[in-house]
Amino acid sequence: MTTDRMISLAPVDLAIIVLYFLMVLGIGFYLRKFAQSGEDFFLAGREMTAWVAGLSFLSANLGSLELLGWAGASYQYGILAAHWYWVGAIPAMLFLGIVMMPFYYISKTHSVPGYLQLRYGPAASGLSAISFALMTILMSGVNMYAMAVIMKVVLGWNIHFSIWVSSLTVGIYVASGGLFSAIFNEVLQFFLIWFGALLIPILGLIETHGWDGLVARIKSNFPGQDFTHAWSTLGSAQDNPMGMHWTGIVFGLGAIISMGYWTTDFLVVQRVLAAKDLRSAKLAPIIGSFFKMAVPLIVIVPGLIGLAVLPEHLVPQGSAIAGQHTYDEVLPLMMARYMGPGLLGLGITALVAGFMAGMAGNVSAFATVWTYDLYRPFMRKSAPDAHYVSMGRWCTIIGLIISIGAAYLAMGFTSIMDYVQALFSFFIAPLFGTVILGMLWKRTTAAGGFAGLFAGTLSSIGMFLIVKFNPEALALIAMSTHAKAMAEDMYRALWSWLICVLVTVVVSLMTKPKPASELEGLVYGVTAIPSEGHVPLTQKPIFWAGVAAALFVVLQYIFW
Amino acid sequence: MSEKHHIIPVWFFVGVMLLAYGILILISGLSEWSNPPNTVLANLHAPVWWGGLLTIIGAAYVLSFRPK
Repeated sequence: MTTDRMISLAPVDLAIIVLYFLMVLGIGFYLRKFAQSGEDFFLAGREMTAWVAGLSFLSANLGSLELLGWAGASYQYGILAAHWYWVGAIPAMLFLGIVMMPFYYISKTHSVPGYLQLRYGPAASGLSAISFALMTILMSGVNMYAMAVIMKVVLGWNIHFSIWVSSLTVGIYVASGGLFSAIFNEVLQFFLIWFGALLIPILGLIETHGWDGLVARIKSNFPGQDFTHAWSTLGSAQDNPMGMHWTGIVFGLGAIISMGYWTTDFLVVQRVLAAKDLRSAKLAPIIGSFFKMAVPLIVIVPGLIGLAVLPEHLVPQGSAIAGQHTYDEVLPLMMARYMGPGLLGLGITALVAGFMAGMAGNVSAFATVWTYDLYRPFMRKSAPDAHYVSMGRWCTIIGLIISIGAAYLAMGFTSIMDYVQALFSFFIAPLFGTVILGMLWKRTTAAGGFAGLFAGTLSSIGMFLIVKFNPEALALIAMSTHAKAMAEDMYRALWSWLICVLVTVVVSLMTKPKPASELEGLVYGVTAIPSEGHVPLTQKPIFWAGVAAALFVVLQYIFW
Repeated sequence: MSEKHHIIPVWFFVGVMLLAYGILILISGLSEWSNPPNTVLANLHAPVWWGGLLTIIGAAYVLSFRPK
């Protein structure tokens, strides 16, 4: 262990961390006896309430990579980073709950590639399953590596120690309890993250004498720059620190990236598929949306407090010299500023839980996609259920071992997150085009679905490579030479989605569609949506979706 | 949460975790009352009231969702 660290832990902090590890291992062993059938292991028995599924759905996306990265982004870009929690999430979560969930749920699929298998056949399903499997393993490895680096910088822990202890723990509890374990741990993580991080904005706003004091201090520390308005600086890419025009936020982020992520990324959708009935499945993302709107309080506000109270100016990753801190270290710096023994242990445990839940979510999704969408349809079509459960358990372990390899590989890159973001725009944006057309337009054909997905993915990778080799092409793709990596991702996603939709429509019109009788339960217009029964207005998903939408609009007005 | 399996609800585990952490943080905050750590706003004794809050919420969850 090295003594070069940002924070020193007291015995009570270590006790809190050790207690967490013991608790998740104990829960994993306890849940093992309940995860015996395929539906139990891969879909947590489809018996989660709307609240459990909703919190797990949100937590699967609230990992520590997100917390540290977006707190750093809010130090760098100001409140613009909150768009990833508001316009970049809320409309998509409500759309998933109200419009898309019935089709996923009624089709009784295990996964998003599983839905594509039913709607388009094996070609489109296989392509998306392979890209999901790759993405989940890479993300799990990146989570592992990021955790090890943070533990080294913040606490001085050895990188290899962090990687192996965390993977061993995740391996044991996911291989034991499957999605049950992953969901239980995500709910624990949800509470840990809120209770571990909420003190920072509370104490920070006390120190700055409220929001007005915070804004005044930022203006005085960074004269001439606007970090506290979410929309009014987006009229021109030159007027904001992100180099973003409002069209990139509304169409690239709000309409494509976010819709793609929240409605077709299997990692999050799998949590909602575990709900006990259709009404719970529809309510789960709506419940998640309320908490999602509040997450900027514990992620974005600490970054803004950093801008206001830190005596030093943080610098970008890669350009820090000895003694300087980077943007991504703003959250640990805030923890060290306000939290003493005990509270610090809680904050660090929240980060560790977030990283481990990120790994667990990815490996459990990998195990499902591999077993149900690659192994079963392409390698062994009919085997007893127990065989697939055993395959799922082994895949969890194998997935983790490959993730460890990916983590060590990630050490070789200086900007691995850029590549991860790029991967998302390669696969998720076109996939959204394929899924949404398949659900809403019965004329879409198997050939159209595959051709659109393939063309969209290929064009996204092509645009990425063109800008890599000829940076001047950025002006064409992102519509501004001021665009930063984030803005480039948004526009690349938008174009690849449009290409996917265009190719799908053209090829579908040229090929023979499936008869309507084969599309029942899969496509809007030929599917009878089961009634939610006679429940009071306050128990209807559509009512709460309306409340969430209204709250979302009010937030945009307040921080305009 | 579970009709088929009779699993102990996840909320019970949440309660146990919050209760244990609340007690640890509360005791730690009380023990350093007269000699607070070198953090900003240490005079507010955040560990005491935050630890107390966790203890109350944790106890409420444990009592409400304890296995029957």
